[in-house]
Amino acid sequence: MQLARVIGDVVATRKDGNLGAIPLLVLQPIAADGSDTGRTLVAVDSVGAGIGETVFFVRGKEASFPFYPTEVPADAGIVGIVDHWDLG
Amino acid sequence: MQIGRVIGTVVATQKHPKFEGAKLLLVQPLTLDDQPRGTAVLAVDALGAGVHEKVLIVMEGRAAGEALGRKLAPVDAAVIGIIDTVDVPASPKRSAAADRLASTGLSGRFAPRRGGEGRVP
Repeated sequence: MQLARVIGDVVATRKDGNLGAIPLLVLQPIAADGSDTGRTLVAVDSVGAGIGETVFFVRGKEASFPFYPTEVPADAGIVGIVDHWDLG
Repeated sequence: MQIGRVIGTVVATQKHPKFEGAKLLLVQPLTLDDQPRGTAVLAVDALGAGVHEKVLIVMEGRAAGEALGRKLAPVDAAVIGIIDTVDVPASPKRSAAADRLASTGLSGRFAPRRGGEGRVP
């Protein structure tokens, strides 16, 4: 999993049927110090995140698990909204 | 698996139910000489690793879910060990057989021929 900031959302009318009404959000991955790192990506959302929030997301087939047994064709998914994180 | 160092903890109230009760750690992957490599990742922890500890992390979904003991958990990284030591010899040791061969002075005879296919005649 990785930390990211939600910076946008994606609307698609024509899409794979299994995506249904699942929200698609644009993520900017962030490093432990909160700075942007890496390329932005689009992820499915199973926790109700919104723009501006810090979230953590999972990459790979596991992104579709929250929607099981629907086989959602996703390779990135938001699985939690971060309250805070602490560096030791 | 990868070696990493726990650099922090993450708290999230709103999360997928499979995360309930699981500890989330920020782990910075390391090279063999303890230099940070890449971006810190979030890993679930079922072992009780603490900040500053060196850990072994698995970065593959099925294995991470198993480490957590939950099927179909949307996780892709988990702490699966707390590392005591990592021992990497500076240069690989020559085998005893290679030493014996070198002492005969005949090692050149066993060098593969140029263009050879490596077949046994």
